[in-house]
Amino acid sequence: MATSPKFKIEDLHVGIEGKEILKGINLEINGGEVHAIMGPNGTGKSTLASAIMGHPSYEVTKGHVYLDGEDILEMEVDERARKGLFLAMQYPSEISGVTNADFLRSAINARRGEGNEISIMRFMKQLDKTMEKLGMDESFASRYLNEGFSGGEKKRNEILQMMMLDPRIAILDEIDSGLDIDALKVVAEGVNSMRKPELGILIITHYQRLLNYIKPDYVHVIMQGRIVRSGGPELAERLEAEGYDWIKEELGIKDETVEQKA
Amino acid sequence: MAKQLPKLSEYQYGFRDKDVSVYRTGRGLSREVVEEISALKGEPDWMLEFRLKALEQFYKMPMPNSANSKWFSILPGDLSELDFDNITYYVKPSERQGRTWDEVPEEIKRTFDRLGIPEAEQKFLAGVSAQYESEVVYQSMQKDLEAQGVIFTDTDTAVKEYPELVKKYFGTVVPPTDNKFAALNSAVWSGGSFIYVPKGVKVEIPLQAYFRINSENMGQFERTLIIADEGSFVHYVEGCTAPIYSTSSLHSAVVEIIVKENARTRYTTIQNWSPNVYNLVTKRAVAERGAHMEWVDGNIGSKVTMKYPAVIMKGEGAKADILSIAVAGKGQHQDSGAKVIALAPNCTSTIVAKSIAKDGGKVTYRGVSSFGRNAAGSKSNVKCDTLILDNKSTSDTIPYNEIKNDDIVLEHEASVSKVSEDQLFYLMSRGLTEDEATQMIVMGFIEPFTKELPMEYAVEMNRLIKLEMEGSIG
Repeated sequence: MATSPKFKIEDLHVGIEGKEILKGINLEINGGEVHAIMGPNGTGKSTLASAIMGHPSYEVTKGHVYLDGEDILEMEVDERARKGLFLAMQYPSEISGVTNADFLRSAINARRGEGNEISIMRFMKQLDKTMEKLGMDESFASRYLNEGFSGGEKKRNEILQMMMLDPRIAILDEIDSGLDIDALKVVAEGVNSMRKPELGILIITHYQRLLNYIKPDYVHVIMQGRIVRSGGPELAERLEAEGYDWIKEELGIKDETVEQKA
Repeated sequence: MAKQLPKLSEYQYGFRDKDVSVYRTGRGLSREVVEEISALKGEPDWMLEFRLKALEQFYKMPMPNSANSKWFSILPGDLSELDFDNITYYVKPSERQGRTWDEVPEEIKRTFDRLGIPEAEQKFLAGVSAQYESEVVYQSMQKDLEAQGVIFTDTDTAVKEYPELVKKYFGTVVPPTDNKFAALNSAVWSGGSFIYVPKGVKVEIPLQAYFRINSENMGQFERTLIIADEGSFVHYVEGCTAPIYSTSSLHSAVVEIIVKENARTRYTTIQNWSPNVYNLVTKRAVAERGAHMEWVDGNIGSKVTMKYPAVIMKGEGAKADILSIAVAGKGQHQDSGAKVIALAPNCTSTIVAKSIAKDGGKVTYRGVSSFGRNAAGSKSNVKCDTLILDNKSTSDTIPYNEIKNDDIVLEHEASVSKVSEDQLFYLMSRGLTEDEATQMIVMGFIEPFTKELPMEYAVEMNRLIKLEMEGSIG
């Protein structure tokens, strides 16, 4: 297997309940790169994340998404995951009665395949170490998956999963929302510790704040379901300082949204 | 195919009559049949009288339906296909050896294999051999129990060897008049367990019918009686997760438990009936002052199950905990629930009922929380959760409350949920297949139940649920 992933989104159109939300997204992410997609609420950021992972509510009407040359849109959600795609979700589900540790071990083993399961000792060691890095109390291992977790705890748990599953492409959907500054730093450190040529990262965020801690290589602005500006980290800084209005003015956009605001 | 006869010489504890003559009553029920059963067992007259009175009662009582039964006034289970004339009420154990391994359906064999059940046990469960060869384990356990004065035998033997105890308690908790099926059981009962735990004795290991199951125990009309004397403790475990392959269509058991002052009894059942069986069981316990009764009850399979473990809290400060799961698949109706009846002050009870319906299955929670005039300060908490796996399956919750005292607390929560698209998406996005994700959600749902099971049962239970859930989605 190639050590460095290649991820390519090609003219991606996505609709929900018949309404088109993404109108032709193009983006290439290579191993070792961190891309950030920014944009005001309701411009299609989270739709992009969910559609790439394959959420059944989203309908891809046109385009392709390739991971290492394979069109993942042809695959089931779990198959995408086993190919190395990971989505840290904005609103992860709660699963009662299933402990975090049991879940994680099942997920790791699903990727490793039958006959190649991780040993319990090795798993526990790795879990302890990773939870410590993220400042998570060890009781999290035996708590039920996301049940009763605060917003911040859920976000940490998503990053824990990412670190344990060691994906090839990780999409982080608004992982900064609901985090206080200390938690944000811990989460960012966790993500930074993962940066390597074998991993490409796509960060989706509303605020520039997170990007102070995870320095992106590329920044893209999404409006009306399209990427309307791309640049380096300086683009994010300008957005932080001036907001989105200058882009709207330059492009002559009055309403940047395509979907209902949350 | 060699016909394997029970090894009678090994039955030191007399599980059943040592007469191995082949005998079965014909189909249908009559006074003669009951007399024959009693005579074959060599029972004392008082038991024959008890049986005959019960038979009269059985004839007198109508089939429970919405018109004649308050309990079943809403959405009763369908018993219309149950034909009492087409049932064999007693078959001597030796006769049951007629089945050969080749006759056992492939599906059942496959399930045994996938549950990892040893071959000897498979044969027993399928009714090919009369006993599961675990005599050694059982005998060493029996020695320890005897030293503590604990009696653990089958009920037929108890009638002969401990007549005073049996006479004193038999039929006192569930009288034949209780319901038509209790009357039927009282008339034709055979097998079941008898347990007496003396004052202050705490039985450390769970008493498992598993260790001494033989075909008599697994009969259609077993009768279990447990007496936990003051300050004692016992945990009884019956059944197993393997499918109980039965060619007979009616299982109607009665379980009576007396929990004396400050004693505690836990009764754990997991039953996985084959889908032709009507499983109509009356289970009831009486808890005296400060006593604690726990029912842990798992119902899987069968055609129709009607089973409502009950606790009558008779003495002040008595406690009842009832935890149940029911899984209904295609063509199955699990009509189950719980009854807690507080007759004394400061009694507390909790009911947790978890139901799963899939492939068009039907689950009904039917329960009662009752507070008598003297139940001041009593509390009851009822929680019913249902998980529905597809649009074809249904669930109903039918709680009855009877409150005759103002100073009580009754809480009732009910929830019905579906395996949500988002939950599946979440788990699948981590690499689990849809089936694996569904299994995980279902196992999480029943975790409050599985965690109460002895380890080996919990493992079996999880395997069984995995099997049950395979391919049930999508």
